[in-house]
Amino acid sequence: MAGHGGSDNRSLRQIAWQRLKRDKVAMVSGVVVALLILAAILAPLLTKWFGYPPTEYHQDLVDPSTRLPFKDPENPYDEFGYAITDPWGGISSDHWLGVEPTTGRDLLSRLLHGAQISLLVAFLSTLVCVGLGTVLGIIAGYKGGWVDTLISRAMDIFLAFPLMLFAIALVGVIPDGLLGLTGNGLRIGVIVFIIGFFNWPYIARIVRGQTLSLREREFVEAARSLGAGNRHILVKEILPNLITPILVYSTLLIPTNILFEAALSFLGVGINPPTPSWGKMLSEAIPFYQNGPYFVVFPGLAIFITVLAFNLFGDGLRDAFDPKTSD
Amino acid sequence: MRKRTLGFVALGAAASIFLSACGGGDSTGGDGGGEGAGFNAAENSVVNASDQTGGTLRYAIQDDFDSVDPGDTYYGFSWNFSRYYARTLLAYNPEPGENATDLVPDTAAGMPEPNEDFTEWTVEIKEGLKYEDGSEITAQDIKYGIIRGDFNGGSLVHGPSYFAQKLDADPDFNVYESSDPLGEFDAIETPDDHTLVFHLKESFSEFPNILIMPQTAPVPVDADTGALYQQHVMSSGPYKFDGDYEPGVKLHLVRNEEWDAESDPIRTALPDRVEVEIGVNQDEIDERLVNGELDVDLGGTGVGPAMHSRLAGDESERPNIDNLYSGALRYVNIHTPVIEDVACRQAIMYAANRDSMHRAWGGELGGDIATNLIPPQIPGSDPESDLYPSEDNKGDLDSAREKLEECGEEDGFETVIAAREGREKDVDTAEALQNALAEVGIEASIELYPASDFYGQYAGSQDFVRENNIGLSVSGWIPDWPTGYGFAQAITDGRAIVETGNYNMAELDDPEINELWDRSMQTEDPDERADIYAKIDTLVMEQAAILPVIFDRAMFYRSPELTNVYFQPGYAMYDYMALGVDRG
Repeated sequence: MAGHGGSDNRSLRQIAWQRLKRDKVAMVSGVVVALLILAAILAPLLTKWFGYPPTEYHQDLVDPSTRLPFKDPENPYDEFGYAITDPWGGISSDHWLGVEPTTGRDLLSRLLHGAQISLLVAFLSTLVCVGLGTVLGIIAGYKGGWVDTLISRAMDIFLAFPLMLFAIALVGVIPDGLLGLTGNGLRIGVIVFIIGFFNWPYIARIVRGQTLSLREREFVEAARSLGAGNRHILVKEILPNLITPILVYSTLLIPTNILFEAALSFLGVGINPPTPSWGKMLSEAIPFYQNGPYFVVFPGLAIFITVLAFNLFGDGLRDAFDPKTSD
Repeated sequence: MRKRTLGFVALGAAASIFLSACGGGDSTGGDGGGEGAGFNAAENSVVNASDQTGGTLRYAIQDDFDSVDPGDTYYGFSWNFSRYYARTLLAYNPEPGENATDLVPDTAAGMPEPNEDFTEWTVEIKEGLKYEDGSEITAQDIKYGIIRGDFNGGSLVHGPSYFAQKLDADPDFNVYESSDPLGEFDAIETPDDHTLVFHLKESFSEFPNILIMPQTAPVPVDADTGALYQQHVMSSGPYKFDGDYEPGVKLHLVRNEEWDAESDPIRTALPDRVEVEIGVNQDEIDERLVNGELDVDLGGTGVGPAMHSRLAGDESERPNIDNLYSGALRYVNIHTPVIEDVACRQAIMYAANRDSMHRAWGGELGGDIATNLIPPQIPGSDPESDLYPSEDNKGDLDSAREKLEECGEEDGFETVIAAREGREKDVDTAEALQNALAEVGIEASIELYPASDFYGQYAGSQDFVRENNIGLSVSGWIPDWPTGYGFAQAITDGRAIVETGNYNMAELDDPEINELWDRSMQTEDPDERADIYAKIDTLVMEQAAILPVIFDRAMFYRSPELTNVYFQPGYAMYDYMALGVDRG
């Protein structure tokens, strides 16, 4: 009975895949995204084989006073006893992106491990957004009437929420343990919850709009006339037709959530040290922006590339699925 | 600890003192401008000594005063600055170097005289002192200033409460509810217009140290408008308000013609005007200071991180920099109820990599590695002493392992390091310690808590610390006055332990230490007291309740246009009462 919607869908996906393959920007972005995810997952192995653990100190490479890496760790001081530091210092065959000020921790290793946190939070919170948004959006669109009004007003309220302020306040009052989670596990949980719980209306609006038009379509009418229940219609008839917009939108939501996580940890409400995260690396770099710009550049670039790649890939995906796109 | 950036100051000498003081050291002549006087030149000498008057002295600050009312302020810079318009009973000696924190009379005619057991103190004040309106300053006005500062039913919330703690008076007395506050309040007596007699609850040999606090500035009963008094304080000093104080915006001062220079050995009163710009971003202050568009960063905590990093790497600016003790000790509490066995605590003392923690504070320029409790500028301190020595200060892992064996935890144990959110250097310290402890198997995880409630709800709460296995916490302490008692009593006296808001975070309660604190309060000779403080220092180290990290230093940019610049360690900033300008 789901055949009608399903077969239509499959052919659309085949068409979309054809289009996507021809979109070079989207393909490159897709590869970058895949590599990023791979690198994040394999971070512990990569750094074990090729580099250094993200929390290992190399303070012999760093001048204690300026806190910047020495230009040449073998000859760190000039004839007057002043440290010779280098804005791009610390970059060597051992440390490909150089080392962190003060501690001398390997920057590449911290970036890779930071990617774990950034991507984990982004994916999980997107999952929460999509879950909540789909369920509430589909109910609002299908049921209509007072249920729709109620959910739609709730969306308006959530969208009007000063999310950043709320997040900062909430992370500040995290209890020491909740639902068996403690420490960083709990902090990640709270951040995921905040981002997910307050961003669902975006996706819910799209799902609601789609559902509104789908529920009037013939295949739904047909199912209903054959005696299918609401539950069956929602899950078997309408939901499969929503997969595409949800997928596209999720891809575009991920970079937003990456930025949100970065902003939170930049403001100091992220996870506990010494676990690295991109936003925190960025905020720790601020005092050094004049003398050690490299430390701002690398985490900044990491965030930039990731967000850009996800956005371009999401755009490509949307174009590919859009029936209005010409072949 | 002062919860805020309190610094102490003292100032002021007559020109003759400046001339003699500037004979030595690296200070330059009085020309102003040009080459800097030298790295740390203002520590032990007067830089640009001059008696040239005139000009406008320009201050700026990022955060506002808590209050400019001398009876209601607890910021160090405010204690230093308020002396422009509020004379106190005593003051720090207006000269740089070793004797800078000696006390000298300001409105007092001589030093306070104690009775036998230090429970009663008598102070005579100078005759003929006048307010800005020409009326005479009396002992009753000073008494009123003190009681309104400390006994006001909570209407002046900012100032310290030492008088309320020490005076033998009803702590609930409220100056604003009493029909005759001067008559009803008898813990301070005024037998005549120029004599004050203080009655204390218990022996307090360091009572003169609290007589430098701005609460001892005179306030005429009729002029007191409560919390509104700060709009226009009745001046007793060389300057008076020019217009109202505008919170968050500005405070301008002009000369007070009624002030008599003869009566005042503390202030030079060189500039014609003093202007404070409030609410300027720290980075902007630093830029303007270096560009000569500003004379002093009023906050007195040194340049911000961005400028610090720039100046640290710029050799040519060294002669314009003073990199001096902020007065603070940064340290890690080892919570005795959580890590009960003293040998386990000593293992932490041995395992800690001091060099690594020192780097978290910026190495040499950040301060000196601390191996004892009492900061070097305070009598009784022995910075050379070190009960837990190690090569290059990188930690003695073998001794640490021995100690762990002694306390039956040879494989190490798990604990939590608490640090304040947003305090980057505290967090770096925690990370460095975590790293070092891992070497001997002590697994420490780091938890960050909001700085504002760190003492109230987290690391300073007895229940919280026990429930969350917080064995270590990173904190810092700045004394309200520079003696062993002023510095360390609140953080090491067992009787100071409270349920929440605890400053003795390690909950060290050692009968011998407690007894020594009592004895110090009945000892008149400062040198004898210093010996007691040295003994306490050693005992605290033996108990391994406090892991000292650094006696930190602040980096001050000394504008070449400033004259009479020297560092007052009591406030840990320049002595504002000495400063003049020479735009040469």
